[in-house]
Amino acid sequence: MAIVEQVRPSERGAGWLQRLSDAVRQRESLRALLLAGPGGLWLLVFFLLPITIVFAYSFARRGPYGAVDWSFTLENYVRFFDWLYIRVFLVSVWLALLTTVICLVIGYPFAFVIARSPRRWRNALLVLVLVPFWTNFLVRTYAIMLLLRADGLINNALQWLGIIERPLTMLFTPFAVVLGLVYGYLPFMILPIYASIEKFDFTLVEAAQDLGANTWHVFWNVLLPLTLPGVLAGSILVFIPSVGAFVTPDLLGGGKVVMIANLINQQFLTVRHWPFGSAISFVLMAIVLAATMLYFRLGETRRI
Amino acid sequence: MDHWRMQRWLSDHQQGRLSRRELLRRLSLVGLSTPVLASLLAACQGGEATPAPATQPTPAAETPTGATGALPDYIDPNKLDKELNFYNWSEYIDPEILTEFEKTYGVKVTMDTYASNEDLLAKLLGGATGYDVIVPSDYMVSIMINLGMLEPLDYSIIRTIEHIDPANLKAYYDPENTYSVPYMWGTSGYSYDTSVLGDNLESWKEVFEPRPEARGKVVMLDDQREVIGAALMYLGYEINETSDEALAKAKELLLAQKPYVLAYSSQNNDDLLVAGEALISHIWTGDALMSQAEKPSLRYVIPLEGCTVWQDNLCVPKTAPHKYTAMAFIDFLNRPDIAGRNANYIMYGCPNKTAREQGYIDEEVLKNPGVYPPPEVWQRLQWIKDVGEEGALKFDRLWTEIKTG
Amino acid sequence: MTVVPATTKTLATVRPARRRLSVGWSVLWLNVLLTFIFLYAPIVVMSIFSFNASRQMQVWMGFTLDWYVRMVHDERVRIAAQNSLVIALVCMIVSTIIGTLTALALERTRFRVKRLYEGAMYLPIIVPEIVMAIALLVFFNLCFQWLDQLFGLRLNFGLGTITIAHIAFSFPFVAVVVRARLADFDRTLEQAAQDLGANDWQTFRYVTLPLLMPGIIAGALLAFTLSIDDFVITFFNAGVGSTTLPLEIYGRVRRGITPDVNALSTVMLLASMILVLGSLALQRRRST
Repeated sequence: MAIVEQVRPSERGAGWLQRLSDAVRQRESLRALLLAGPGGLWLLVFFLLPITIVFAYSFARRGPYGAVDWSFTLENYVRFFDWLYIRVFLVSVWLALLTTVICLVIGYPFAFVIARSPRRWRNALLVLVLVPFWTNFLVRTYAIMLLLRADGLINNALQWLGIIERPLTMLFTPFAVVLGLVYGYLPFMILPIYASIEKFDFTLVEAAQDLGANTWHVFWNVLLPLTLPGVLAGSILVFIPSVGAFVTPDLLGGGKVVMIANLINQQFLTVRHWPFGSAISFVLMAIVLAATMLYFRLGETRRI
Repeated sequence: MDHWRMQRWLSDHQQGRLSRRELLRRLSLVGLSTPVLASLLAACQGGEATPAPATQPTPAAETPTGATGALPDYIDPNKLDKELNFYNWSEYIDPEILTEFEKTYGVKVTMDTYASNEDLLAKLLGGATGYDVIVPSDYMVSIMINLGMLEPLDYSIIRTIEHIDPANLKAYYDPENTYSVPYMWGTSGYSYDTSVLGDNLESWKEVFEPRPEARGKVVMLDDQREVIGAALMYLGYEINETSDEALAKAKELLLAQKPYVLAYSSQNNDDLLVAGEALISHIWTGDALMSQAEKPSLRYVIPLEGCTVWQDNLCVPKTAPHKYTAMAFIDFLNRPDIAGRNANYIMYGCPNKTAREQGYIDEEVLKNPGVYPPPEVWQRLQWIKDVGEEGALKFDRLWTEIKTG
Repeated sequence: MTVVPATTKTLATVRPARRRLSVGWSVLWLNVLLTFIFLYAPIVVMSIFSFNASRQMQVWMGFTLDWYVRMVHDERVRIAAQNSLVIALVCMIVSTIIGTLTALALERTRFRVKRLYEGAMYLPIIVPEIVMAIALLVFFNLCFQWLDQLFGLRLNFGLGTITIAHIAFSFPFVAVVVRARLADFDRTLEQAAQDLGANDWQTFRYVTLPLLMPGIIAGALLAFTLSIDDFVITFFNAGVGSTTLPLEIYGRVRRGITPDVNALSTVMLLASMILVLGSLALQRRRST
């Protein structure tokens, strides 16, 4: 086995590196610091501090012409609790959920196939999945619009084949938005699931089958539970950004599908009401964070 | 009286191009009393004395040289910086003009772009510095002036301002043009396909209460003020009206229109028109022209009930690191031939009257009443103005209701 | 979890699993095929229209290479592409390192504020882009002012601020992906290595890391993708003259997506495909 070859017992006990790693091994806190430190520091300085400033905005008022007037108020939060805005929030959550489920249904089998392909093809396939995303997002979205238009390629093809008579209205509908979101976030689902399936021990599958499990049981009781971390990660990475999407609903929805990030953008840019925009953002963040934590708790219990 | 003219005379005098006697004569002609004149002159002597290279005092050289390739003599090359940072809308200037400026003035120009006034403002408000020339639209100039973000312009440098059509000057947002020089202007009417809808559409009615063949093929701009404004104008109100009653009626109209609207889009409307997916679209002049070039059956209309007029302006932020060069650049852009070339390239309305008169602008475009409307049409053009916080919130709420309705 | 205990059946009696799943496999491969078609259809459309003689993207008016010519001469685009690439590469490397460390911290250590840390790690994923964009803009500005006042150090926005911003929002994505890989990690291999005499560093380097590699690579690719396509955060944190591809393209959209933008994207696509297939061919040659 390769591991045995690479370990040289004579190196053991040599030098400061070993002493350091001994110290690290013994003191959990030191290890935690080294590992969690860089991320935590970066997060603190370049994320949490800036966000705190914006959080402070949410308690301020809008100054004349749009600058910020620093007088404490809760009116921004109160304003949000209005059916008009809550409805937008619910619509966003709903569309994001749809997107996540569809991505899961398409993405899991896809990741499975990649993980089970011959080793030398795996990386190629993964990269082939990602390559479309190294072109520009806007250009891709416009291309999708081109395909979905009433006089677009899909409608023309369907009509030519005689499947439909009049063109389908696909563009500028919630359908188009979900399509665009799925298109945009599919790799975010595929990659984590792939990472999880790839290390799965497939002899377990054979063992289960020998015990009489059919394909469905194998999947539901063996494969899925053990790859659940990947599924959870993928779901989070798709759901959360989808809730916050704004270009996709704007373009593919024709401005008729308003999601919460469109609303937030409107506040920051058009209306120049940074406080209200901040307030909406933080309500969104709080709810999504709570949901995420809950989702993880559920995931953990399922595995046990 | 045009204060920039006065500035220019004073500057010429300081640089030795205008004799004291001539200066006094002119100033008195415009009605300044002697004591004022005297104190004015005294103040000037103490002020910035430009060590100008000894030039022949040319007699009243008011018109700058139109010939390109030559640095105008009122620009001091020693004061020019090595670089200039131009923050402009995307594709809103002929790149060859930038190259020409670079060669003639020996200044390297870096151009960054933005796609909306709001992005520009948010960025500057957030603290971004380093931009020398920016191009805000009318209402944004007004906001920036109120926030104290703009540098007053020095018209002894920007002499080409006199080529600008008086109709474009002294707009409500900057009545003395202290901070801004008009760059391009346009309107927001609508374009439609004459081959389907005929030649005679003139009213907003066609957009808000479309004919059967146009239903489901109407596109509106994705802009709160433009769309609600159009509705208000159609209903007989002013575009900046904020009364609850007016807005309620506008809301009713817009919600009734919504089933017929294909999309709210400020960027794709021209594409959709050319492709035939939209038959009628709320659109800006430049986009209308571009789509007309691709599909000649399209026609741009400035509706009877009223239409938005907007104007983009060249301004210098207070935090600009290269102010002299910035103003020299603005001066350069307004040379008739340069302005004309620019207008032909970006296809918007050019406020440079001399450019129009001296034939620097495309014939076709000049004849288009949608781009250069006759004076009587000017009567029904309205500016979008800032309506204060309460008004802004009302509009925003209304817009959200319409889009989610 | 219902773990199926290992059986001690002999090889002879183990039924070949593949045969049973053959129907399933064709469905799975169909899914893969359809998904690839779904993913590449817009790309193909975009490439086709990059040869379109019409400026508008909606109507086909004849074949031309003009847009490619124009794109090659477009200096703004070249600089933007260069910037985007550099930023994305730096972001990918740094994010992957920080993200992996963070994932290890979350899965392998215990410390008091861990729950809080974990929650905080999700924030960059949750926060709306414009909030982060403006937050960073205001923050950087304040920092520059202080640094100037306290140390006379005059810094400004530019590629550096963009890169820092990109790393800030992408390393949590890497952390999530790597963490998924780390969860349920088979520790017995590591224990075996240590029993054989490896120290901690060797264990990590020769056992843990290689097993983690697919997750790390997946995370790295994700970080690269996030960075190269970002608009909002980049826009607000870019300095004068530092433009990236998304900024350029978004700006031009106001006048409609012109085919030269399509041409550019097609070129980027081809370049990345060539790069990738090339490196894979190299790998294959090395391993044989």
